[in-house]
Formats: sequence, C-alpha cells, structure tokens
Amino acid sequence: MRKILVGVKRVVDYNVRVRVKPDGSGVVTDGVKMSVNPFDEIALEEALRIKERGEAGEVIAVSVGPDDAQQQLRTALAMGADRAILVKTNEVLEPLAAARVLLAIVQKENPDLVIVGKQAIDDDAAQTAPMLAALWDRPQATFCSKIEIKGGSATVVREVDAGLETIEVDLPAVFSADLRLNEPRYVKLPDIMKAKKKPLDVLELAATGVSAAPGLKPVLTEPPKPRSKGIIVKDVAELVDALKKKGLV
Amino acid sequence: MSKILVIAEHDGQKLNQATARCVSCARQVPDAAITVAVLAADPAAVAAQAAQLAGVTEVVTVAAAHNAHALAAVLAPQVVKLAAGYTHVLAASTAFGKDLLPRVAALLGVPQISDAMAVVGAYTFKRPTYAGNAIVTLEAPADKVLVATVRSASFEAAPGGGSAPVRAVAIEASVPAHTRFVSVSAATSDRPDLASAAKVVSGGRALGSKENFELVFRLAEKMGAAVGASRAAVDAGYAPNELQVGQTGKIIAPELYLAFGISGAIQHLTGIKDAKTIVAVNKDAEAPIFEVADIGLVADLFQVIPELEKALAK
Repeated sequence: MRKILVGVKRVVDYNVRVRVKPDGSGVVTDGVKMSVNPFDEIALEEALRIKERGEAGEVIAVSVGPDDAQQQLRTALAMGADRAILVKTNEVLEPLAAARVLLAIVQKENPDLVIVGKQAIDDDAAQTAPMLAALWDRPQATFCSKIEIKGGSATVVREVDAGLETIEVDLPAVFSADLRLNEPRYVKLPDIMKAKKKPLDVLELAATGVSAAPGLKPVLTEPPKPRSKGIIVKDVAELVDALKKKGLV
Repeated sequence: MSKILVIAEHDGQKLNQATARCVSCARQVPDAAITVAVLAADPAAVAAQAAQLAGVTEVVTVAAAHNAHALAAVLAPQVVKLAAGYTHVLAASTAFGKDLLPRVAALLGVPQISDAMAVVGAYTFKRPTYAGNAIVTLEAPADKVLVATVRSASFEAAPGGGSAPVRAVAIEASVPAHTRFVSVSAATSDRPDLASAAKVVSGGRALGSKENFELVFRLAEKMGAAVGASRAAVDAGYAPNELQVGQTGKIIAPELYLAFGISGAIQHLTGIKDAKTIVAVNKDAEAPIFEVADIGLVADLFQVIPELEKALAK
C-alpha cells in the first residue's frame, strides 16, 4: 500500500493527576504536561512497523488541535512518521467533528489505511475510529491487537469482552489500536534532530470546511464522589469477620 | 414522551446482562417507552429473554443471515433504519456497543454520549472523563436523536417479570460485504463472567509469576467468584488480556472486589469505583488502593490467600 494515516491527539499526560476547576467549567490544563495520547503512539508504532516490513510507502501523522500540538507531531516525526499535518483550532472538537476533519484529510491524501488509538485518555470517548469509518463508508476494526496486511485486505484480531475476535476487512479501512497491539519505540536524540527537518504542514480548521460547534452542551464538570473511609483489619480472622458481617461470605 | 431504542447484545442464544443494565438506564428517563431491538440470524430465543425484562414496552427482531455475527459495519445501517421515530438509541458500553454506536451516530450525523453513568433528564446525562477523575454533565439537543452508550457498572440489571410483545420487522438496508467475520476464541471457562459477577478476586504484579497467579484462580473458584487482574499483571503475562480491570480494560461493579497485591493506579481504580465493597490486601501500607478500600489488610498475600481459603472452607 502507499500511505497510512495516523491520528495523533495532544492530551494531558498519563501521569498527571487531573484536577477539576472549582467553577465546574472543566479541568485544569494550564501548566500541565501534555503528551501524545498513549493509544495513538501504539497506532503510530503499528503504522511504522507495517512500513518497515515493506508493506507501506509513507506514514503521515495528523493532529487536530491548538498550535502547540506541533510538539506532539514532532514526537511522531521523531518516532518515524514521514510527514505531519496539523489542522489548527483552539476549539475543543467533539469526536464527530474530529472524524469529519480526518475525513477531509483522507479525501485529500487517499490513504489505504487509517490507524488511531482506541480512545483518547482525556475524554475517554472511543468514538473517532468508528465515526470516521462510517463517514468514509469503509470497514472498521476497533480494539486491534494484531494486524496482518494481505494485499488489498487485512486480517485483524480484535480484543472483545469474551476474548479475541478475528475479522477480515477490505482496504482502505480504519483501525483503532488497543493496548497490546505493540510496544511503542523510544525516541532517540538523533531522531529528534532529524524530525526538525521533516515537513509539518499547518492548516486552519476553516480550510477543511468542518464546524467546531459542539453538538453537546457541557453543563458541569465535577470531581467524582469520594468513597466513604474504610477500615484496616489486622489479620485474616478479622477480615473474615468483617466480610461475614456484610453478608459477603 | 421519550421513545428509546435499546440495541440488544447477545451471542445468538443468550441476551447479555449488559443489555438488562442498559434497560435500567432507559427506565430512568422520565416517561419513556422502551423498545429492545434484537438483530440476529435467529432472534427468537434472545427476543424472548428481552421481552421478560421489566420496563420493556416492545421487542423488535430483525432476522437475517448476515446478522449471525455482530459486525458494526453490517449492523449500523440497519440500526439507522430502525432508529426512525425514536428519540434515543442506547447500547451497553461494552466492546459491542463501543464498536457499533459511534458508527450509528456518525451515520445519523449526531454526536454520541459515551459511557452514560447517570440520567439527569431526558436529554441530560453524566459521563466520566479522565479515567473517572472528572464527571461531565452533558445536555444533548432535544430536536435530534440522542445516541449514547451506557456504562453497565452504573446501573443494576433490570429485573424479569415483564411480558412485552415481540414484533418481527424487515429492513431494507444495503449491507456491506467489505467486513467479514472469521472466528472468535472465547476463553471458555466455568468461572463467572468478570463483567457481571457478584464477586471478583483480582491479582496484581505482586503475584510475581503466572504460576503464583493460580492462587488467585483457586481462591476465586472456592468463592464462586470471577477473576480480574491489574494492567501490570496482564502486561507481565500472569493473566490473559480479557481479565484486565480499569480504564482500558473492564469497568466492573461487583458486590465484593478482593484485590491482592494491586497497588491501585488511578487507571485501575476507575474500573472498580462502583464496587459495593472493596477489600485490599497489600504489603505496602502506603499503596493507593487503601484509599478506596472498605476493608484493608496490610499483609503478605502469599500468607493471606491460603489462610483465607482455610477460613472460608470452615
């Protein structure tokens, strides 16, 4: 195949303990460490492996977000993507709008495959892959744990609740990467230097014709209800007594 | 009045309990008529189970050979046709619902609310973000169909006792051939299903090996419990993927959750927050799991598990 497109979302880093703003308008993101969504890193790693096996010619990383998302695209380039595209907007896009933006890029680039993370660890929505597949009228394989390209089709193993499901899809298609698809590579310093010279195109959201207007109105953001304070028991006998009192054993 | 379409999840014979939990969510929408849709090769058995759920007004069935396996690309155009006239389309936020409903929403041109965990009003739902650290209340427009997946752990299963009529419908929808089912390798076992079990025994990295993790399986068996695992334990190869509990694994709400050697990363805690009673056994008194545990025991799990087995055998 010629091209693989990979979605790269800029999100609050995995290790940050997220705090809700006191006025309930959202979470604190000022001064917080931002990173590539971990599942998108897995998606990119898979695209790179497919290319390194000689089964794809080019890997393009695409992000939809603020100007600062260029940092995450540089990381993607340092990992090995050939070029990057940022669709710039300061609005927070819902997954449907993000899928529409990706569709606009897809229609321009005509990739044979799009891979994104199964979910972003900020909104945890897990919608973009199926939505893009629907709008593009192409197959989807969500929660991929193994991908084999076979000419014009692919055999994919998916993580489902019961275990593993295998499906076969015609290309082009949209895949979403699950946790155990691969282990993304570490970026080395020379790669970071090289990445600075790779092409990174920036276009305004308006150029894609997609509206950022949200379909859902966020009314309130609040912290979860804390659980009530528990007890510490000193041994197994006390543990069993406590469980018996609750009628659990 | 709300007209809610719930898409049934099943394996061809049995209705998944997650659908009964989804029906409970639908019942909390004020003044709602609830229709359960069963798409299958032969929907009769599953439809009969759905008809018994309390609160269900009607069951519609779509029988077609191409519905033998739940492929989102095949089901979505049919669900879109079925959705005409409904105010809401819901499915459980399981691998099935998460695969299917965003495809349906995009075809309908509407946003989706993922993991609805509380009903505030007919068009207003709460959902977790940031691994459950920020709960967002979202209001959807009342002039469009509301598509949402429902977080099973937040709702009890709807009880039986109903007797809704079952109606077969024929759907004219072009079904794509570009996606084909090959096989499913279900980890078959006699143990209770992790997603719906009343009791779960779970192990973490501290188990130290696949062989040692057998201790967890053995205790679970004695207790009639399902087995869960932390991401660290799955990453280390001690337990299979489908047993992972947490943000990227299963979100569960058992009556009893017993965590052995699990430190309690925030991503794990989000998967067990709705458990009624959390018991934590860990050598490290500072482990974050103790912050959410109802009963904590600071001790070596390799001593506790055999002792517990003995005590429970009495």
